[in-house]
Amino acid sequence: MLGEGILKGLAETAKNFAGSFVSAERLTTVEYPEQRIAPIEATRVFPFLVYDGPEWEAGLRCVACQICEKECPPKCIYIEKSKDKKPDAVGKQQFYPAKFDIDVSVCMSCQICVEVCPFEAIKMDTEFELSTDDRFGGLLHDRKQLAKSNEYYHHIHPTEAAEVDARLAEEKAKAEAKAKAAAAAPKPAVPAAKPAAKPVEGEA
Amino acid sequence: MTDSLVNASAVDKKLKGWNRPPIIEPDGEAELLEVAMGPHHPSTHGVFRMDVALDGERVVRLKPVFGYLHRNHEKIAEGNSYLASMPYTDRLDYICSLTNNWAYALAVEKLVGQAVPERAEYLRVILGELTRVQNHASAIGFLIQEMGASGTPLMYAFREREKILDLFESLTGSRMMCNYMRFGGCRVDASPAWLDAARKVVAGLPGFVDEFEALLRSNEILMARTQGVGILRPDLAINAGVTGPMLRASGVNYDIRKVDRYGIYDRFEFRVPLGDHGDVFDRFMIRLLEARESIKILEQALKEIPDGPVMDGKAKIRGFRPKAGEAYGRIEAPKGELGFYLISDGGPNPYRYRVRPPSLVNLTILEDMCLGQNVADVVLIFGSVDIVLGEVDR
Amino acid sequence: MKTVEEIKAAIETAVPGASIEIVPNASPSGQLSLLLAPNHAVAVAEFLRDDAELALDFLSNATGIDWPDKEITEKVKVMRQVLKTVDGAEKMVEETVDETRKHVQPGYLEVVYHLFSIEKKHGPVVIRMRTTNRTDQVQLPSLTPVWRSAEFQEREIFDLFGIVFTGHPDLRRLLMWDGFKDHPMRRDYVEPDDFEYEPTAHDEVLARSKAHQAAGQEGAGVGL
Ligand code: SF4
Ligand code: SF4
Repeated sequence: MLGEGILKGLAETAKNFAGSFVSAERLTTVEYPEQRIAPIEATRVFPFLVYDGPEWEAGLRCVACQICEKECPPKCIYIEKSKDKKPDAVGKQQFYPAKFDIDVSVCMSCQICVEVCPFEAIKMDTEFELSTDDRFGGLLHDRKQLAKSNEYYHHIHPTEAAEVDARLAEEKAKAEAKAKAAAAAPKPAVPAAKPAAKPVEGEA
Repeated sequence: MTDSLVNASAVDKKLKGWNRPPIIEPDGEAELLEVAMGPHHPSTHGVFRMDVALDGERVVRLKPVFGYLHRNHEKIAEGNSYLASMPYTDRLDYICSLTNNWAYALAVEKLVGQAVPERAEYLRVILGELTRVQNHASAIGFLIQEMGASGTPLMYAFREREKILDLFESLTGSRMMCNYMRFGGCRVDASPAWLDAARKVVAGLPGFVDEFEALLRSNEILMARTQGVGILRPDLAINAGVTGPMLRASGVNYDIRKVDRYGIYDRFEFRVPLGDHGDVFDRFMIRLLEARESIKILEQALKEIPDGPVMDGKAKIRGFRPKAGEAYGRIEAPKGELGFYLISDGGPNPYRYRVRPPSLVNLTILEDMCLGQNVADVVLIFGSVDIVLGEVDR
Repeated sequence: MKTVEEIKAAIETAVPGASIEIVPNASPSGQLSLLLAPNHAVAVAEFLRDDAELALDFLSNATGIDWPDKEITEKVKVMRQVLKTVDGAEKMVEETVDETRKHVQPGYLEVVYHLFSIEKKHGPVVIRMRTTNRTDQVQLPSLTPVWRSAEFQEREIFDLFGIVFTGHPDLRRLLMWDGFKDHPMRRDYVEPDDFEYEPTAHDEVLARSKAHQAAGQEGAGVGL
């Protein structure tokens, strides 16, 4: 019969229409921004810099090795290495980024910087509501804007952050053991660096 | 639908120049009307233009115009390291970023002779077939949308696609720009919870395909609009390099998953659906049937997936420099044969990086299919090719 | 499937006068290719398509490659008369010295076609052709009359590399616009100075931005 197929299709639509009133499964949309769907843990948006401890500037894990700057496919990271050194998470004297800018209008959220960073210093954020009305520079995030605490990292990616912390703790333990062994050895060439609370200026 | 193989040798290939579109003479004194469809036209899936010459309602000439989205992806890749091109491949066919990743990873693995662990191969198959299901669902949705059924079928397709994209997001971190595969495996492992979630989604897919089929298949309007429209002959399809569902809708049994058996496709049982007529309706049906076969593969892969590493131990991420040489690797992407041709000169960047885009090559016969048809059908025929401009223009 | 050597032999018996060279490939992929002389290319292509055993009815990929002039520096050891002080007296002595010699290997443009067989389900067979140079002798025969799938891909090669395909039915630019000059995929292509604004400029981008500012152009800025 002509029109049978159309009726069949309409029956299917009616089923879905009625279904959306009774089953939450069929009601698939939410009223953003009042309502939000539950965040997905692995989500990545733009990178941020992790810092340990209460002070963002002192606690930045980044040592300005500039690997991420080189590997970033659209070249949207800009780093200036510091002239002096300060102690890092394991207490070693390291350079730090005097300038660390990411142009998130160019960044394509690819996570390559995270993958190549040997110091677990840069991670992906989940914040996506970043619109500004300034075309030039409004989306250029400097290191202050990029710095987020390790607690925040734990808050957005709990599983991943726990793994990273375990790995860092292991490295720290190893470094300490090595430092101890070096101190125990007769006449150590370099005194084992003590973990300092504040950045030591001009030690380079 | 039959599983018959067209006897390609029976086709008379000797005829010189047979593969050109026929020249249609307009009736009598009729004046031709030239219409530029696009680049901003709701049916063009992006920025694409067709310069159409019409004699009344009838198409007598059609020239596609490309390049509105051209960014010279290949040149960018030649200035970047091998790894840095991986996220750019996501942006080729942005509906199916995972199959793009796969094709590129496969080509590089061929170039350097890199092995892939078994679990990674399974994950690739699972993600690749999920991609195929969501691509075919949205391709059908768009096709029907262009026919005038605004919304309903497309929204149904998108509802299902959403579930699959949520899976992608919870594994790879991104819904569409996944950047997941690496040379020698995959970036992160899938947790048991993810596999369970995937099983749940896959268990719901056959019901969705049934619903989709009931909604559309026997609809008289759809049949009237699509059957016998935009016919593509198998001999021309082969000669014009058409691949993917387009080729199989014309009845040619060629699926790279079966032919090359790349990855671990020889372990799964699935059939290759073939069309009889090569018209728009067949292309629509082929996509539905292929989605069903993909679900079969998914069920098998999710049952059999072994434990193990997802990255080969010898694989390198930083300082990756293949020996001088070249390789062409290809896979059966949802839209057709997606190939990558790489030449290495021993440096950290590829000397030559070429994408063989199925979407562009499949458009070669657009004019042939549209000649003599009504202008309203051009939109439909174009929609049935299923292209993404990010891949056409690169 | 036949090996590349067998295909070469088969072509040479079927197409008299065709000269074919096998291009080596050191990669583990093992995809060797056949270098065709342009004057016989169409005949060879027709043979490859129509031969019952090869039946390469499907041209999958066609692309160009640019090989610019290459300056080759070689270190050679030569025997030479050298003035030397031996035992307080100056003498001419024969000695081997290192000498660097330079010569320029002329560049060319190349097209590569990847052929498969849908009927026999084998492949790829890779064929290549080379132009004489990169400037005025850039004509190659088009294979579009043999395989239609080359139509857009050859147009793309013409557009991006500047190889002129004789016998192509509709050779126009594909991706760039018609008034565009130059060929972007060539290795020596110079990008136009359209630098606009780049907050994170460094390396090449910074150099470009500086050049742009030096030229007194508007709209250039480094936001640092
Ligand atoms: S996410 Fe990708 S594009 Fe963005 S800063 Fe990191 S490497 Fe660069
Ligand atoms: S973020 Fe990591 S890779 Fe980038 S400069 Fe800092 S330490 Fe190096």
